[in-house]
Order: sequence, then structure tokens, then C-alpha cells
Amino acid sequence: MNPSKILIYDGSFNGFLTSVFVAFEEKINVVDIQPNHQQQSGLFSETETIFTHVSKAKRVWNGVRNKSHSAISNIYFTFLSETEGVELLLFRYIQKLMLSKHQKHSDFSDETVLRISQLARSVGREKHRMEAFVRFQLTKDNIYFANIEPDFNVLPLISKHFRNRYADQQWLIYDVKRKYGIFYDLERVELVSLNLSEIHYNKIRKSDAFRTEEYDYQTLWNDYFKSTGIKSRINRKLHTQHVPKRYWKYLSEKKETA
Amino acid sequence: MNFERIREKLNILADAAKYDVSCASSGSNRSNKNKGLGNSTSMGICHSYTEDGRCISLLKILLTNHCIYDCAYCVTRKSNDVKRAAFKIQEVVDLTINFYRRNYIEGLFLSSGIFKNPDYTMERLIAVAKKLREEENFNGYIHLKSIPGASDELMYEAGLYADRLSVNIEVPTVSGLKLLAPDKKHEDFTNPMLKVKNELIRYKNEHKVIKSTPKYAPAGQSTQMIVGATNETDKDVMYSATYYYKEYHMKRVYYSGYVPVAEDHRLPSIGSQVPMLRENRLYQTDWLLRFYGFAVNEILNDNHPNLDVDIDPKLSWALRNLHLFPVNINKAEKRMLARIPGFGMLSVEKIIKARKFRKLNWDHLKKIGVALNRAKYFIVCDSRQWEKRDLEAERIKGLILQNSNGKFRSQYSNQLQLFN
Repeated sequence: MNPSKILIYDGSFNGFLTSVFVAFEEKINVVDIQPNHQQQSGLFSETETIFTHVSKAKRVWNGVRNKSHSAISNIYFTFLSETEGVELLLFRYIQKLMLSKHQKHSDFSDETVLRISQLARSVGREKHRMEAFVRFQLTKDNIYFANIEPDFNVLPLISKHFRNRYADQQWLIYDVKRKYGIFYDLERVELVSLNLSEIHYNKIRKSDAFRTEEYDYQTLWNDYFKSTGIKSRINRKLHTQHVPKRYWKYLSEKKETA
Repeated sequence: MNFERIREKLNILADAAKYDVSCASSGSNRSNKNKGLGNSTSMGICHSYTEDGRCISLLKILLTNHCIYDCAYCVTRKSNDVKRAAFKIQEVVDLTINFYRRNYIEGLFLSSGIFKNPDYTMERLIAVAKKLREEENFNGYIHLKSIPGASDELMYEAGLYADRLSVNIEVPTVSGLKLLAPDKKHEDFTNPMLKVKNELIRYKNEHKVIKSTPKYAPAGQSTQMIVGATNETDKDVMYSATYYYKEYHMKRVYYSGYVPVAEDHRLPSIGSQVPMLRENRLYQTDWLLRFYGFAVNEILNDNHPNLDVDIDPKLSWALRNLHLFPVNINKAEKRMLARIPGFGMLSVEKIIKARKFRKLNWDHLKKIGVALNRAKYFIVCDSRQWEKRDLEAERIKGLILQNSNGKFRSQYSNQLQLFN
């Protein structure tokens, strides 16, 4: 019988794909795949630490992509959800994809497939929300700066959108929870890891890092937000459904209520 | 920038523009050129939502609320005693750019009261759009209002800079228009629409041959109707909407429950409730027509001139056509699946894909996300359990209402008690 093992990887997506590669190649009976910062050892299984190999990761990526483009994007999105135990779920998913001759990723009567497609959807929703709820504030050194605190790790997913849109301004989007950001310097987008001690909420707690006219524009925007609502149609439930409360502190138009 | 002055103007002119419900920023395809500012993609983005739950995607303002017309339903009509203001062209451009750079908006929605004459007003609107595109290299979304009565030449020019053009028909019936907006003629609304439609067709044909043909209003045109201002039926509204979809190739028709803005004997009085539920049912019908393959006369006809208040239009249709059910979801074609109450198009797609692998049962349907509380009376699946009683339409309706909570239930429950 094949050995039962828990695979430990470095937490990166490439690391995860490498683990999948190793598991397939060595025909390991995978008990779990865990990132090294939250590993738990099982009682009856041994652990193996996987070293990330980009070339191995790439082979898995290409292998799945040849099966289906939507499957590979589902896998990447689901991985970024950082849900506990997602690695094993993804591994089972990849196993099913590789075993099946048919378009297994569209078998929505299979629980794993359905679960993956639902997780990928929630991550996609969060990505879309972040594209909407990022609020840039202009600093004195001419950088448009925004903090976000997304539920899922969506920074890698939104960078293309912002690069395509704001091609003529420098901008930095910082993930407060995961302590890293993406910075665009008019040429390319780079990952930057920063440890900002101060979170720059909007307007209420002002910071002298920003230009003075920045707060004027926030006032104008807040006024606009107020005057565009229709009092006789008020529907708070729908409002919070669309703009969940956890995002309010970063939105200047909602900041006063948060 | 004179901040306080701009602030005052913005308050007046955003307040006056809010009755336009459209805030769509979707359907366009303008990409970022030469490292300029912005792009607009086919998927719109709502950057915030008003407290009444509507999407805020664009900076929606009037250029001015001075107006030479006196339409009863409109808050900026000339006889109304409100504060008036007007933006300078540069002021609108600056606001748009600064909001856009901070990721507040997808672009600009510019409308205007009519000052001097329609052409003069339209020229000013175009000037804003032109300045944004040519001087600021702005590729975000621009929605311009076509001013009723504007000339064909201007409508052509407007389409070169705007992503979407729209004229609001406002009153769905010609007789209603005579009553509420005596200064305007029906043709004033339809002529600009016709011009836009013809230009869109021309663009499509020329683009096939010459790829560099300048874009013309890539997100098409839309219109809006006020409901509940005159005593039109739902049938009047939807038939007229269907006409505009077909005749003028509208991307969207919006329905706006009338918000009373003035005391006028021709209109519902101030303080009367906005018909939000009716608006919701009209949108549901609109979706059934555009995405679910229904024809308008199946849902509304002389026997059923109004939509049911307590149940959605699809369920109402199904109850009138029980002879078509139950449907076997493992065999039925897509067209019929889409007609089952409680099935959305996304579920339909999933079911069609999933049933290639195995026969689906209740459990699968539930996990896929079908609203079984409504659907279960209309389907059979891979299970021996299904609704075997031969239920009357009224009984099914009663059972469904008993076992569900509608978001508008509180609004009509009193009414039901009256009739029972």
C-alpha cells in the first residue's frame, strides 16, 4: 500500500501545486496538505515537507489548464480564499479532473465540484467588491493610497484591473490584514511588504500624510452620496446587503455611521 | 477651485438628477489608450449604494436645473420654486476626473434642464464629454442624456464621445404625455432615439469593413418610464417597453416608481407611497422577457392587464398554465426549464451541465440553489417523491405563500385580509 502522508508546504500557491505534483508522482496517499504556519500532525501519518519548485508547479498548472481553463481559474480563486482545509479539497478536485475523460468541472451534482465552484464564486465576489470599494487618498508625495481589509486574499486578483485603469497615476493598495500591498510606479506593479502601524481611515481621523484638498474631495463625495439618495424610498436592509458593514470604516461616505 | 461654491452647486444639481434611476456603467468596451486615465469594461462596477439601495456607479448630475419646460412630474419644471444653479463645463470636468482618480465612480452621467433651446443645451453636454475625452484622455464611462428635440447632427456628435445615450420617455402613454407635459411632443422623444438607432446600425456595418471607424455609443441607448403617475396599467407599461426594445434596440428600459415631488391635481399627492412593489414586479417581467424567453402577451394580456401583487410574474404564469406541468428536469429542454417557478438562469445552466453525468434528485437541486419551495409543485426528478396530489392553482398559491416570506409581504398582507 502507498504511504499515508501529510504534506507541508510553504503557504504559496506554487508550493501547493508542487505538493500536488509530488503526491501524484510518488503516488502518496494524501491525508492532508497544510501550510507550514498552521500545521497539525496526525496521529498515524508521517509528514513530509515539500520544497517549492516552480517547474513542477507549472506542470500541474498546465496539466489542469489543458483539461479546462475555467477549472484552473477556479482552483486559483479557491486557493486564495484561505479557507481552512481548502488544500485537501483542491487536491481531491484535481484528482477528479485528471481521472475523468469528460468535462468533470461542470458536474455540479458532484459535491466537491459544486463546493469549489461556490468558493471560487465568493472569492470572485470579494474581488469585484474590492474593485468597487477601494478609496484612494492622495498623499503629499503624489501617490494615490488606499487601505483595504478583504475577507480573502484578493490583492493578486485585482492588480490587473487597477493597472489597466489608472495607468497615469502612482498608486498603492495596502492589505491591512495581511500586511502587504501592491504598488504601481507608472511602469509596473510590484508587491511590497510594509508594516504600517497606522491605518488611514477616511476623513474622521485626518492624517497629515495627505494633501489638504484630499479632504475637500471626500466632503464633496459625501455630500454627493447624501443628495443622490431618495428619502421616500429608503431601504436600509438592501443598502447593508450591498455594502456590508465590515467595509464601512474604509468608505468615507459611510465612515460617520461606522 | 472655489470649494464652497462647488459644494453648493453639487448639492443642488445632484439632488435634481437623482430621479433618473439608471446608473448602469456596463456594456461598453473602451480600453485605456496611451497610458491615459481609465477604461470601461463590459461589466459595470457599483462603487457604493444609496440608502435606498440603488447602485452608485456614476457621478450623476445636471449641468443646470434651469428649464424652459413645465412638465408636471419633474422636480425642475419652471413653475417649481426651487434653488437653481448651473455648472461651468470645466467644473464638471474637474469633479469627474478627481472623483474618478480616487476610484469613487466609473464615470459621468450628465443630464440637464433645458435652457434657451434643446440644441443649445445638447451642445453644452457634448462639450463636457469632448473635453473629457480629448483634453483629459479620459476613457471612463460617459452617459449623456439626449435632450428631447435635439437635432440629428448633435446626436451624431454626442455618440462619438459618449458610451451611452438615453432619452427618457417618462410617461408610457401618449395621452398621459399630453396631460402631464403639454409642451413636449411624442416625436421630440422618439426622433433622437431613431437617430441613435440608425447610427448604431451604421457603425456596426462600417466597422465590419473599416476597423478604425470611430466608436459610436458602444453601450447603446436606454430609456426610463415613470410608473404610477398616470393611471396606466402594467400591460400599457410592458407593451410600450417591448415596443422600445424592439423598435429602437434599447439596451435597457428602466421603470421608476413615481416619487411625488409637487402638489398637482393631475398627479398622486405628496406623501403618497412610492409604488416600489409594482416597480419590482415590472422589473421581474422585464427580465422574463429579456432572458427567460417569455413573450409579453403570455404574461400580460386583456384578461390579465395587471401583474399579481402577491406572487412573482413567472409563478403567476405557471399557475395559469398548469397543463404544461410537471416538468421532468432530467429531460426537459432549456426553454422549459427556464419557465419553472423558482429556477433562475444560473441554476438552469448548472442543471443542464450536471444532468449529463447523472440523473438529478431533490438533494442535487437543493445544493445547486433552486428555490424548491416554489419549484416542487411543478417538477419531477430522479425520486419517487413528488407532488402527486392534483392541486388547484389557488391551493398551490396558498401553500407557497404559507411557506415563504416575501420581502414586500407586510405591504400587501392587509389587503389580503380585506378580501378574505
